[in-house]
Amino acid sequence: MKRRRLVNHLMTALCGFGLLLALIPLGSILWLVISRGAPALNLDFFTQLPAPVGETGGGVGNAILGTLSMVGIGCILGVPVGVGAGVFLAERGNGRTGDAVRFTAEVLSGVPSIVVGIVAYGLVVLPMHRFSALAGGVALAVLMIPALARSTEELVRLVPGSLREASLALGVPQWRTSLRVVLRTALGGIVTAVLLSIARAAGETAPLLFTALNNQYWNFKADQPTASLTVQIYNYAVSPYQDWHQKAWGAALVLLLLVGALSLIAKALARNRFGTAR
Amino acid sequence: MKIEVRGLDAYFRSTHALRSVSLGVPANTVLAIIGPSGCGKSTFVRCINRMHELVPGARQTGQIFVDGKDLHARGVDPVDLRRRVGMVFQRPNPFPTMSIYDNVVAGLRLNGIGGDHAELVEKSLRQAALWDEVKDRLHTSALSLSGGQQQRLCIARALAIGPEVMLMDEPASALDPIATAKIEELIRELRQQLTIVIVTHNMQQAARVSDHTAFFYMGELIEHGETEQIFTNPREPRTEDYVTGKFG
Repeated sequence: MKRRRLVNHLMTALCGFGLLLALIPLGSILWLVISRGAPALNLDFFTQLPAPVGETGGGVGNAILGTLSMVGIGCILGVPVGVGAGVFLAERGNGRTGDAVRFTAEVLSGVPSIVVGIVAYGLVVLPMHRFSALAGGVALAVLMIPALARSTEELVRLVPGSLREASLALGVPQWRTSLRVVLRTALGGIVTAVLLSIARAAGETAPLLFTALNNQYWNFKADQPTASLTVQIYNYAVSPYQDWHQKAWGAALVLLLLVGALSLIAKALARNRFGTAR
Repeated sequence: MKIEVRGLDAYFRSTHALRSVSLGVPANTVLAIIGPSGCGKSTFVRCINRMHELVPGARQTGQIFVDGKDLHARGVDPVDLRRRVGMVFQRPNPFPTMSIYDNVVAGLRLNGIGGDHAELVEKSLRQAALWDEVKDRLHTSALSLSGGQQQRLCIARALAIGPEVMLMDEPASALDPIATAKIEELIRELRQQLTIVIVTHNMQQAARVSDHTAFFYMGELIEHGETEQIFTNPREPRTEDYVTGKFG
């Protein structure tokens, strides 16, 4: 009896210690990025173009816009394909085709993001003869698709079969049942999955390096090189200038806030979904 | 005969679920199907609206006629058939993302029939004896209703598409006695407009609501006749054993 209690306390303490260790990197990331990045933030930082070396002021407005627009392009290309593939896997994916698609998605999600970048370079940049936001968006879409397909499949499988039966028994064709009943019921979860994949895509650097390249100016055209927060952070951080290091921390904080906000929204939506279920 | 079944055999992969079942259901009557678990009751009703064939590995042979037309004749679309042969399931299954109102008209909306359905909603909910309980909250979630109310909502939803036949697969087995009594009263009312086939585990329920009763055992139709006769004077000893509670 005594020994059992002792072992229990020991194990609890070990688990607590493990938790502390795991929290250290997370805590230090937050602490460093916030403490070093916060002084760089002001209104100009969000709205102005980068200043040349030696000049003070300036901001990363074009990089924020670039990240948002490339993630937007990635979503437009990737979400329909990812969600569609997920619905297919859940509704019709029990045969050979389904296994093949599932296996492909698994392999694809393990492909390093820099490789995805090279592929987008070969597929989009070379034929177009220039770096572009479109190429960056394509790379991000390829990164989003496999994870989105798998999580959509899981979510669609969670929809009770009785709802599908109810719809079919009302004389609703299969495809319309899949779209209007099954997908509709899983929609809350799918929106959450989409937001999480956006957060992941927004933090990618490697696929953008040689697809969107970078741009020191505002760019509103999809076929032109485009700045992004992540590439901007990289460029600033490897530069020899103190002022640019400061800006890299600031841009890192902006990115962290963006991704954090998306995750929080995703979490709130997920909670809401389970809250409304019986 | 509204429904005529001839030599129906149904299978799930290698399982032989129904063995050459033949029976008829006259229009505007209620047929109760009784029998122990796994005897093929549900499979039988699911053959009548061709839901059986949706299960992977399911097959069937034999013929089923509704209004004299073979369900498996060429050119019969199962989707159209299911609009004429409605179904209510064992567990209430309203669409969780839709309001009460939207659930009632779901069959129409999902089939792309738009327009103002207010009148139809009221009529269907009245037929399902639910109108008075929900008329002030038609636009709240269907999940806010109790289990018995949800089941009547599902009946209203099935009625809204205007079926001629209603299949009910143990519609009251997940409900309490008061809700069950309401469903049974509803079945007696609906008989005036529809032909009903109801699967039930509850023999008193079969005796209360049906005109004819069919007793299934191990996938075979053992006996079929007037409800009164089945319960008071069964011809088959196995039927007698079952209705008197000796097994099952």
